[in-house]
Amino acid sequence: MRYKNLNRLLILTFFFFFLILPLGQILAQEDTLPPAPPTEVRASDTQNDNGHSITITWKLSGDDGAGKKDVVAYEILRSESPAGEFVVRGMVPAGNNTYQDRGAKEKEDKNYFHPYHDFYYKVRAKTLNSYSESGVAGPAQAYGQWFHLGKLPVFVGTLAFTIMVLAFISLARKGKKFYVRPLAGIDAVDDAIGRATEMGRPILYILGLGSAADIATIASFTILNRIAKKTAEHKTKIIVPCNDPIVMSVAQETVKAGYLDAGRPDMYQEENIFYITSMQFAYVAAVNGIMLREKTATNFYLGKFYAESLILAETGSVAGSIQISGTDEIAQIPFFVAATDYTLIGEELYAASAYLGREPLLLGALKAQDLAKAIVMISLASGAVAASFHLDFFLRLFTVQM
Amino acid sequence: MRRQLPILIVFVSGVFMVIQYFIPHESFEFIYEYAMDWIIIIGIFAMLLGLWSLTRASVSKVQAKAPGWGFSVMTLVGLATMLFLGFYKGNKSIAEGTFFMDLFWYIYTPIQATMFSLLAFYIASAAYRSFRVRTVLATILLVTALIIMLRLIPLGPISGVNQWLASWILTVPNMAAKRAIWIGVGLGATATALKIIFGIERAYMGKD
Repeated sequence: MRYKNLNRLLILTFFFFFLILPLGQILAQEDTLPPAPPTEVRASDTQNDNGHSITITWKLSGDDGAGKKDVVAYEILRSESPAGEFVVRGMVPAGNNTYQDRGAKEKEDKNYFHPYHDFYYKVRAKTLNSYSESGVAGPAQAYGQWFHLGKLPVFVGTLAFTIMVLAFISLARKGKKFYVRPLAGIDAVDDAIGRATEMGRPILYILGLGSAADIATIASFTILNRIAKKTAEHKTKIIVPCNDPIVMSVAQETVKAGYLDAGRPDMYQEENIFYITSMQFAYVAAVNGIMLREKTATNFYLGKFYAESLILAETGSVAGSIQISGTDEIAQIPFFVAATDYTLIGEELYAASAYLGREPLLLGALKAQDLAKAIVMISLASGAVAASFHLDFFLRLFTVQM
Repeated sequence: MRRQLPILIVFVSGVFMVIQYFIPHESFEFIYEYAMDWIIIIGIFAMLLGLWSLTRASVSKVQAKAPGWGFSVMTLVGLATMLFLGFYKGNKSIAEGTFFMDLFWYIYTPIQATMFSLLAFYIASAAYRSFRVRTVLATILLVTALIIMLRLIPLGPISGVNQWLASWILTVPNMAAKRAIWIGVGLGATATALKIIFGIERAYMGKD
């Protein structure tokens, strides 16, 4: 009995020392063994950029997502010579095989990325306890491109649209008459100015909160010019409170031009086009005060508007003014539709000056817009069909990379 | 020449801005940023014009005892006070605890918040007018608005259906309409820009 137990003890000791212990040591070593290194490392200039970036790609380590030698991340190292000191430039999580080594373009910045300069790269696969490095890739140089290939569809579209606009303007110059559908908001302008004249009250024109660089504000300037001309003809006062000093300066010139066009330069009063403040709600408070004190007969809100749109329009509604609004800010359009009498939706704001002026050249540009819209609609329908039948080449034609 | 020169400047600047969008090279980036800096510089000088305009308009109202001239007095007093306090201590005036910042935080900010909060009441009154059932379109608007508004409220067995319907309204017809407007805005903005670049639309330039 005693010998039997001794035998068992010996067998257990044998197993422990010759099988379990070595196996444990092997498994422990597995944790510190380096993973398979990344391979096929490539470094090349980043496309469609300003020339301060290099893109590094590699084939994932064989231990990426595998067993105990699981790679957790890749470190990207850079040097100015193959044998030089490599410094870490960045890190990406396991499973990624691309990294963009970007730097600053300002020479005084400590992260300045020197263009037209040779750089060498290595990629380090890291586990929790060890790592392995790829071979050296390079040299690679960063340089800026002279055309953004990802924006090619935008370029082609812009060019085609420009040609269309110029072609229709050329047709208009040759005397071709264009039909444009009536817009209720524009048709109401004459009535609104006439009403103000009959009531002997002023007209209020709000250019919105946009700067003079905003295209909606520029479109609003052109409408202001036409309306100022009409108010001059009707001898009606126009008040233009502005929230930007540059906008005020341009608005003064625009109104003055309208009065000159009407042959009434003596009636122009610069003090009616004035600056209030650049602060949103302080501006709203001031304009609301003007509406209620001056009892304006007609209010125009044309340009770029934000949260103040409804406060202005509701106050005008309470004051009993006829209100015509227009903006390209989609979030504000419902407010204007609800609170004003007529609303120019989106592109109608841009078309309004052509409608008011009835100049053939401007109407020509409108027709180009109509044609472009028809092309967009056909493209959308074709795109839906192409996507349904997995015709990816058609969809790629319209894909833009920024 | 006084007409041609501004048109030429607009043409060159406009064409440059279009071209630079397609050229990522840093030399074009540099010119673009340089031009943007100029806008800031012009804006600062234009602020003086704005100040002059505000002062002149307010003073003339006070002199003429126009309706509400008391507000103009307050405007002038506020303007003078803030200018004085701002310049008196220079950069230190915008440090926390200064009288300048106290006026900003405890007078200006609450007034601004009050104006903004008025929006809630205006939304209610505008919604009331819009949702009055007078036409078929107004009825559709009312029903749609009800579905959207009730999507955040538990409605028992019909909650799931209502949420699905609200989601469909937002992502299909609503998104389609939004995108249609965006496309129109894009084309309209481009056409307006082209008219200005080519000197067809000159109303913004004024006249001699």
